[in-house]
Amino acid sequence: MKFYTEPIARSSRIPKLVDALFEKMPEIEADRAVLLTESYKTTEGEPIITRRAKAFRHILEHIPITIRENELIVGSATKAPRGCQVFPEYSFEWLEAEFDTVETRVADPFYISDSTKETLAEVYKYWKGKTTSDLATSYMSDEAKTAIDHGMFTPGNYFYNGIGHVTVDYPKVLAIGYKGLIAEAKAELDGLSRGDADYVRRSHFLNAVIMSCEAAVKYAKRYSALAEAMAKTTADIKRKKELEEIAAVCDRVPENGASSFREACQSFWFVQMLLQIESSGHSISPGRFDQYMYPYYKKDLDGGSITREQAQELMDCIWVKLNDLNKVRDAASAEGFAGYSLFQNLIAGGQDKYGRDATNDLSFMSITATEHVFLPQPSFSVRVWNGSPHEFLIRAAELTRTGIGFPAYYNDEVIIPSLQSRGLSLEDARDYNIIGCVEPQKAAKTDGWHDAAFFNMCRPLEMVFSDGVDKGAQIGPKTGKVSDMKTYEEFEAAYRKQMNYFIELMVNADNAIDVAHAERCPLPFQSSMVNDCIKRGKSLQEGGAIYNFTGPQGFGIANVADAMFAVKKLVFEDRKYTLEFFKEALENNYGMDMDGAMAAKLTQQIAASIVASGKTLTEEDIKTVYLTVKKNNAPEEQKKKYAALLEDIGAMTKFGNDSDEVDTFAREMAYTYTKPLESYKNPRGGIFQAGLYPVSANVPLGAQTGATPDGRLAYTPIADGVSPAAGRDLKGPTAAANSVSRLDHYIASNGTLFNMKFHPSALEGRSGLESFVALVRGYFDQKGSHMQFNVVSRETLRDAQKHPEKYKSLVVRVAGYSALFTTLSRGLQEDIINRTEQQGF
Amino acid sequence: MDRDLLDVKGRIFNIQRFSIHDGPGIRTIVFLKGCPLRCRWCCNPESQEWQIQTIVTAGVSKTVGNDVTVGEVLSEIERDRVYYSRSGGGGVTLSGGECLWQPDFSAALLRAAKEKGISTAIETTGYAEMDTIRRLLPYVDTVLMDIKHTDSAKHKEFTTRDNGLILENARHIAKEAKQLIIRTPVIPTFNDTEEEIRAIAGFARTLEDVTEMHLLPYHRIGSDKYAGLGRTYTMAHINVPEKAHMQRLLEVVNSTGLKGQIGG
Repeated sequence: MKFYTEPIARSSRIPKLVDALFEKMPEIEADRAVLLTESYKTTEGEPIITRRAKAFRHILEHIPITIRENELIVGSATKAPRGCQVFPEYSFEWLEAEFDTVETRVADPFYISDSTKETLAEVYKYWKGKTTSDLATSYMSDEAKTAIDHGMFTPGNYFYNGIGHVTVDYPKVLAIGYKGLIAEAKAELDGLSRGDADYVRRSHFLNAVIMSCEAAVKYAKRYSALAEAMAKTTADIKRKKELEEIAAVCDRVPENGASSFREACQSFWFVQMLLQIESSGHSISPGRFDQYMYPYYKKDLDGGSITREQAQELMDCIWVKLNDLNKVRDAASAEGFAGYSLFQNLIAGGQDKYGRDATNDLSFMSITATEHVFLPQPSFSVRVWNGSPHEFLIRAAELTRTGIGFPAYYNDEVIIPSLQSRGLSLEDARDYNIIGCVEPQKAAKTDGWHDAAFFNMCRPLEMVFSDGVDKGAQIGPKTGKVSDMKTYEEFEAAYRKQMNYFIELMVNADNAIDVAHAERCPLPFQSSMVNDCIKRGKSLQEGGAIYNFTGPQGFGIANVADAMFAVKKLVFEDRKYTLEFFKEALENNYGMDMDGAMAAKLTQQIAASIVASGKTLTEEDIKTVYLTVKKNNAPEEQKKKYAALLEDIGAMTKFGNDSDEVDTFAREMAYTYTKPLESYKNPRGGIFQAGLYPVSANVPLGAQTGATPDGRLAYTPIADGVSPAAGRDLKGPTAAANSVSRLDHYIASNGTLFNMKFHPSALEGRSGLESFVALVRGYFDQKGSHMQFNVVSRETLRDAQKHPEKYKSLVVRVAGYSALFTTLSRGLQEDIINRTEQQGF
Repeated sequence: MDRDLLDVKGRIFNIQRFSIHDGPGIRTIVFLKGCPLRCRWCCNPESQEWQIQTIVTAGVSKTVGNDVTVGEVLSEIERDRVYYSRSGGGGVTLSGGECLWQPDFSAALLRAAKEKGISTAIETTGYAEMDTIRRLLPYVDTVLMDIKHTDSAKHKEFTTRDNGLILENARHIAKEAKQLIIRTPVIPTFNDTEEEIRAIAGFARTLEDVTEMHLLPYHRIGSDKYAGLGRTYTMAHINVPEKAHMQRLLEVVNSTGLKGQIGG
């Protein structure tokens, strides 16, 4: 295939749209919550699926709509740009508790007006005891709750929010419209016999689907009417025409199949935004946009009804709109997902279901759109395989060179067989796309629960040293005193036992949440667009999808591998230290002062409690508290011994330096998480599968983790994803990539995440791009699964911390997504700065 | 492979992977210890002495130089084989120091690499007997050779050696090597005038089959190492050449008919 690779200019409309989007701090709006509650109050006692559909309809009939200035693609969930609605049916206590701090918090602040606070406080009265979170809590075992309280793992995402993490059947809506889906549901309904055992449930589900799809059509018609009304009062002739066209388009789609690229774009957008009004789940991922949009583009281009420039402008408009959606999270989660991200992953390139390369002009134009818009959404990815066109990868590398952190690169050669091993057909596996950060799945057939929990692999290791005790409580199994462990095998067995125990509890927590969602928040609209919900007559949340998974992520693999290796060598091979001494050194944080950020946090808490008790504090007092908290009080003599241990650990080869011995060891350690997980099942009839990535939770969850035997100090960040621990890979990018490729990426079928940071000089010129592409290809040849890059110098990031006002648009790669650097918490900023910076030598 | 070949010993001070500025593609550079020249601007002063030394950086002492076998170095080189082929012609580059001052080791290492199908290059001053150089050439795909100045006295003043042998060798290497690329470090106060660069390019132009000349702008990255070795950096007052000036020099090179390039 020949590709059109000439540059396509950016329309003057795009910067205007972008600027308007970022004028103000995003705002919380109450309309959805009010309408939802109104509806729920009138449907008490009805089947839950019907209540959900009626609430969705009520919301779409009455939620304020707006067409923003200069928009071609319309449909906004909120009046204010980048605003967010709230979803009290999942949980609300956290927001109520944070009403007065949400505007001033460091990570992802939101403005909330006093009247919105009042309205929401009133609404919330209805929801006490009725949320998915409440139900999940009552389903969960006490041990699991205790483990969550002690930070062993966190299922926070779905515990407090909708599920999201899905790619629906966009091509089907584009082809037949909701009219077609409604007809399908009706036909299914007609085929049922009232005497069928499951008639009651099926018929209610199908009627809910029909109601939801009808509501979507009506919602679009409201936009059509609004555009028409606006056109009448608009003096500007050009804009008047645009509005008239918007009115015509919204009148036709998404009710009907799209008859043009323009209609396809608008239809796509309604699907994308409506899914995010129905539920608060994030990572609703557009998937293979270049594939399902291409026929519409090709037809219009060949027929002369659209130019490349016009098509590009429409795509750019969608890219902007993807940044108009937003979500407020609780303060802790906001740190874990920092950067206002919705993780709407859009992927270009790769193979088609027959195994042929499917790269097309829209794949290239997706790169151009990302350059034109230069914003954190969509999370842009590319698929790479042995047959990927070289010029496509060079073009992708050009985008990487801008420093935006896109695209993320995915390896077909690993992901396809990996998905097959989980039961996907070969054709489905070849047609995969990525959800959210790094999670592969087959669109329109999967309910993947890809982000079910974060499991901190370092914490069970702490439990080995404490015999299962944390903060005075016996929360883990008793694996014996470390002083009694005579061999490394005994020590490792204790770790596996702790791991297995907490993995089981995490599964318990996830399954409790899963059941709660099925019972309280089934989603008829989303289910209408995932197979085989209509045929099976049940929602996604009840197991309506063809492929069902639960994918909680483990992280800290580099720390655990380095730690276990250090114990093995220093205690059991060299016999230089005892485990007892290790334990003491860890408890004393190797005699080092406390991490500054953590000390500051504790100081704040102490100061707040003193102030609460009615006393006043001077600046000097606070400083004293800080210094006392920070200082390590171990005796000097002990400190010297700890320092010697730390030096010995430091001198050992670490994961990330292309050492066969250490890397093979790390591979085995990763299995302590990935293998036990495989044996568990979820209530939707699917299995658990592991991912190895932390989103950005390695920073806040690291702050809950004491010192570890790899020399990591207490409360400092844990290694991100499958990347080597920050600053420990010393032999350059090829060595780090070789190490990471030695992990088993196939078994981590929920995704792995490998971060690399480059100095801009490494990608200079054509030869820089070529070397970069060769690096990606080389890593992928060795069966790594994913790679992502930050290309920004340390100096630039430091300067951005000092002068955030100058760097408002500096986008960096965080974890499986990019975010505006200046919106990240200080801890996360530091974590990114400290990642090893690779240069071309 | 010949066991004896793998057992040949040499002295190196660093192996640097993912090098993308020293020959085609992604390369691994082996830095050999010991050099006949003492260039004032040298960014690897720890490379010059044959003796194993101690260097102090940020208060920490580190040993510079270790004795290795060809086999050991080769196994490290092979770790990036996949990247060599993916980058189209990547491979190993011997640098220094001066690889010609350890001809047994260099020849064995280059030959071993070639036998493993790995592309090879050397970065050299060209300062050795031609017969010594000839021992390496059959196993070298690309010779990157410095011509620092055409004025022998000035060459000697700044590098401690005159350029007679170097220029003479250049003519032979041009004829006998598979590919020769001329490199010139552009050092203010030494060779950064248009006339001096024109003279070097003029000489390079007369070399048989030489078509490329790389200008490497002076930088100070290695300057701290002098203090770490207990030496004085005599170039502290020199500023790095400005971009516009490098551009002018590049045009001078191109005007001779050679294909010029800034950076390696």
